[in-house]
Amino acid sequence: MENAENLIALLVAAPLLGAVVLLCGGRRLDKAGHWIGTLLAAASFVIGLVLFADMLGRGAEERTLRSTLYSWIPVEGFQADIAFQLDQLSMTFVLLITGVGSLIHLYSVGYMEHDERRRRFFGYLNLFLAAMLLLVLADNYLLLYVGWEGVGLASYLLIGFWQHKPSAATAAKKAFLVNRVGDMGLSIAIMLMFTTFGTFAFGPVLEATGDTSEGMLTAIGLMLLLAACGKSAQVPLQSWLGDAMEGPTPVSALIHAATMVTAGVYLITRSGAIFNAAPDAQLAVVVVGAVTLLFGAIVGCAKDDIKKALAGSTMSQIGYMILAAGLGPIGYAFAIMHLVTHGFFKAGLFLGAGSVMHGMNDEVDMRKYGALRKYMPITFATFGLGYLAIIGFPGLSGFFSKDKIIEAAFAKGGTEGWILGAVTLLGAAITAYYMTRVMILTFFGEKRWQPAPDPATAPGVEPGVEAKPGEMPHPHESPKSMTIPMILLAFGSVFAGGFFGIGDRFVNWLAPVTEFEHGHPPIGAAAITSATVAVMVIGVSIAYLQYGRRPVPVTAPRGSLLTRAARRDLLQDDFNHIVLVRGGEHLTRSLVYVDHSLVDGVVNGTAASVGGLSGRLRKLQNGYARSYAVSMFGGTAVLIAATLLMRAV
Amino acid sequence: MSATAVHSLWTTAAEPIGKITAPKIEYAQLAPVLIVVGAAVLSVLVEALVPRRGRYHTQVFLTVVALAAGFAAVVGLAAGGYGSTKAQIAAMGAIAVDGPALFLQGTILLASIVAVFTFAERRLDPAHHGHRVDSFAAEAAAVPGSEQEKAAVKAGFTTTEVFPLVLFAVAGMLVFPAANDLLTLFIALEVFSLPLYVLCAVARRKRMMSQEAAVKYFLLGAFSSAFLLFGIALLYGYAGSVSYARIADVVDGNVTAMDPALAATMGNDALLLIGFAMVLMGLLFKVGAVPFHMWTPDVYQGAPTPVTGFMAAATKVAAFGAMLRLLYVVLPGLTWDWRPVMWAVAIVTMLGGAIVAITQTDIKRLLAYSSIAHAGFLLAGVIAATPDGVSSVLFYLGAYSFVTIGAFAVVTLVRDAGGEATHLSKWAGLGRRSPLVAAVFAVFLLAFAGIPLTSGFAGKFAVFKAAAEGGAGGLVVVGVLSSAVAAFFYIRVIVLMFFSEPKVDGPTVAVPSPLTMTTIGVGVAVTLVLGLAPQYFLDLAGQASVFVR
Repeated sequence: MENAENLIALLVAAPLLGAVVLLCGGRRLDKAGHWIGTLLAAASFVIGLVLFADMLGRGAEERTLRSTLYSWIPVEGFQADIAFQLDQLSMTFVLLITGVGSLIHLYSVGYMEHDERRRRFFGYLNLFLAAMLLLVLADNYLLLYVGWEGVGLASYLLIGFWQHKPSAATAAKKAFLVNRVGDMGLSIAIMLMFTTFGTFAFGPVLEATGDTSEGMLTAIGLMLLLAACGKSAQVPLQSWLGDAMEGPTPVSALIHAATMVTAGVYLITRSGAIFNAAPDAQLAVVVVGAVTLLFGAIVGCAKDDIKKALAGSTMSQIGYMILAAGLGPIGYAFAIMHLVTHGFFKAGLFLGAGSVMHGMNDEVDMRKYGALRKYMPITFATFGLGYLAIIGFPGLSGFFSKDKIIEAAFAKGGTEGWILGAVTLLGAAITAYYMTRVMILTFFGEKRWQPAPDPATAPGVEPGVEAKPGEMPHPHESPKSMTIPMILLAFGSVFAGGFFGIGDRFVNWLAPVTEFEHGHPPIGAAAITSATVAVMVIGVSIAYLQYGRRPVPVTAPRGSLLTRAARRDLLQDDFNHIVLVRGGEHLTRSLVYVDHSLVDGVVNGTAASVGGLSGRLRKLQNGYARSYAVSMFGGTAVLIAATLLMRAV
Repeated sequence: MSATAVHSLWTTAAEPIGKITAPKIEYAQLAPVLIVVGAAVLSVLVEALVPRRGRYHTQVFLTVVALAAGFAAVVGLAAGGYGSTKAQIAAMGAIAVDGPALFLQGTILLASIVAVFTFAERRLDPAHHGHRVDSFAAEAAAVPGSEQEKAAVKAGFTTTEVFPLVLFAVAGMLVFPAANDLLTLFIALEVFSLPLYVLCAVARRKRMMSQEAAVKYFLLGAFSSAFLLFGIALLYGYAGSVSYARIADVVDGNVTAMDPALAATMGNDALLLIGFAMVLMGLLFKVGAVPFHMWTPDVYQGAPTPVTGFMAAATKVAAFGAMLRLLYVVLPGLTWDWRPVMWAVAIVTMLGGAIVAITQTDIKRLLAYSSIAHAGFLLAGVIAATPDGVSSVLFYLGAYSFVTIGAFAVVTLVRDAGGEATHLSKWAGLGRRSPLVAAVFAVFLLAFAGIPLTSGFAGKFAVFKAAAEGGAGGLVVVGVLSSAVAAFFYIRVIVLMFFSEPKVDGPTVAVPSPLTMTTIGVGVAVTLVLGLAPQYFLDLAGQASVFVR
């Protein structure tokens, strides 16, 4: 196709148009708003498919498309281009974002049916799509930063969408604040790049890494990692993700599972050349990934809130991706592959969770579910397939992508390789355990349903179900607009991994962009695969013995010390409170003291003197035309005198 | 006067009448001006012949169509290459058709169209006796408070004469930056000033204040015109001609042949410098530079707000255009003489406008002082004395006009029982009650303050960059400092709107007709587009920055 690059801007423009129309359109669009939003998301997906077909039609080395929209005030030594780059890596993201995004738009049509502010919700969703597409399509770090901040904003607006609930408003604020820390990292990284390379564009920056000192590259790499930790909820900036589940469930599925939280993985993969040349920064990435993958998994085991359990799982799975990205060329492609398969099955799991909540008066506590498989067969089937995919059941998506990451971890070599391999295997076992727990608590066992809560005692129930206080839930299958996306995502959960993994199809597709080397694990691939399957079976069995064979109490037991800590998100908020909040307060107080005594004195003094001058000059303006004329006359006299004087001098 | 000189005058005057030939007029190149003048004349006829009931609609239609047609003619000329390769001097040396002229004419016409929309707005005040009313007096000639006035209000009269007045003013403004000799310059000045004086006097509310403003403007305007005219006379004495090209040649010393009648004065540098200073003073008065600025706050406050918006934007564009042409075409040989003086004027204008604005309590006066500060920033670009200086000033003028008209249009919306509520204390908490209007006004204020992603930033950046590259680094430092001072009072209004408790008896925000909405919408759109993607327009201004000589 001729001039395919002109279509790239349209990818971003379609959802952006939707956001503008829906947010500025006012009440008139209330009736049609959700369909406008969904159509524009789908339009973006179709454009993505067209570009994908076009890309496949070209040779592997000629697949990158570039398009410069315009330059924003080019000055000597500073060039900020609004320019796009579409290569295999961004294409993968584009299809994931617009594809899963369109499905979730469709799902939301049903899910948000009774919400008065549905039009606004779709406006925000479209805004998110536009920002996320900008993030992955930018050809330079500055424009990436614009998208990065844009998704942060959209995420904030959507987490706090039910702002009348204090918990949602707090969660939104928390997500925003924690993300600011990460954003700071990205902005510092960009500034360092500019001083080091004199440009922000991916091409020149990544090519110049060879001639740059390792110290500088390490600094840039660590700052990029900080940014990735914020957006992707990695330790130590992970605390916001669990609370973000206060947002409507489609938001959790789209933003806080499938797409936005993977932006950190994208950033690290895109900046691969920097990390390859800075082994220390790379090691930090691996450590962060390994710690988070265990951290999230442990938190996921203890949560009774279905969405928070899934959030812990998201954290853990992204830990896998970050770890893989930190392994360098042996891992990049697998990080992205796991990202895509995860996008399918985790979005599917969240939509399933939403469907369950829809049928259960918006109850989120899994201890009050049970035996739902008979009442919600489609939800059960799709959720079940997602479950099998995430635990790595042989043949399903998660199996292929996770197994590759575990192999790559072993292939890191030396003691490191063994440690990382063991961690990833342990993670796989815990994943199997907590997901089986979710599955059993929700769909099997006895009914443990409880009457609907009284809004007086439990304020801010999700809208959508008009349950009277004290009414027992009547679980039912959700409407078609919700089940169809779930079915489609289930297809992805089942087949995507095999399609990508068999014959290294995905690796070959990405290889021209992300460097790729075959890793050589110290033990055979077959042995690793068997070990993976074995730990999975162990995890499932333990969960079955614990929850499938015994009745589940409706109120959670006290539990062990670890369980209690995990319920409190492994004390992350307590840690933040003691170290950051208290420490921050002390720091602020001392700064305020300096500010009051020293800085304010200078500033206020200047302001007062300017203000006083202003008051005095103002008196010259006395309202008499004659004094104005005198001023003009005097001014002219001075003007003439000065002109003549200049000549004389 | 010597005997030969007298003889020469005598013989020149005694040439046979038959030797006068008809002037050659390039009608096509002058089309923008001719269309607007023609429409103005037609518009006067409409006043005389069309019955009162149909006048308003006829006038609005005629005015907007004429201005749009004028703009189309400008675009046509620019597309035909008259802005670059075919740039020429038309009408026997009186009017230049070149890049800067076309760019400024286009800006003036576009700004006038959106300004005229606010003139035509009739939904802000509640209807009187069943008649919709606009911002203008029912019968401007009636004494305020008299029986005659009451009768006119009751009869539902409106001053539709504002439309022909605007058209005449626009016609003068179109000629002003294109004038290529001093007499045309003066006539254009008067053609656009006189209608403006009248327009200032015809406010519907606070009529005494409006009339006071008009009288002040007229008196001081006449005073400055006298200086300008005297300066023209001195320059004629110096060069023996009022033509820009001829004066420039004499300044550069390319003319040796001397008109015997002017032997005593020609080439006398004192005449040149004094005459130049006086002409410059006339232009500085129009742009509102310190110390010739004192009319600005009084007139901006007293004039009907739509007129203020129109005047603040279009007059500034026209006057800066004329100033650029004067300095770049006539006096490039004199750069070393005028630069230091202009430096001083620019500095006191930037600082004076920004500092005095701090203590203002009326939003219209605040915007007036802000316009003075902006005149200072523009002067910094003028002083650059490079092609970049010209293009940056052109861009700044385009960006600034739309922000200004939009901001004054917002001012017309905030009303209480006495009409517009312009006292700043009344704006407290506006953001709580009318978030959209307050947000739009905040966008304009941020653009005035020069915050990035608005047109104000791009404009200020271009002007300061040109000034710095033109060797006026010190001026840029002062400019940035006064921007910081100015940011204080712009942001203060934003703080007042969004973070103060609304007053109990605060003003209401009127819901305007699509006319004012269009004005404000265009203002916001231009502000954001020029802020987000300024490059295309900077390039356009860059291509239009060459004066024909």
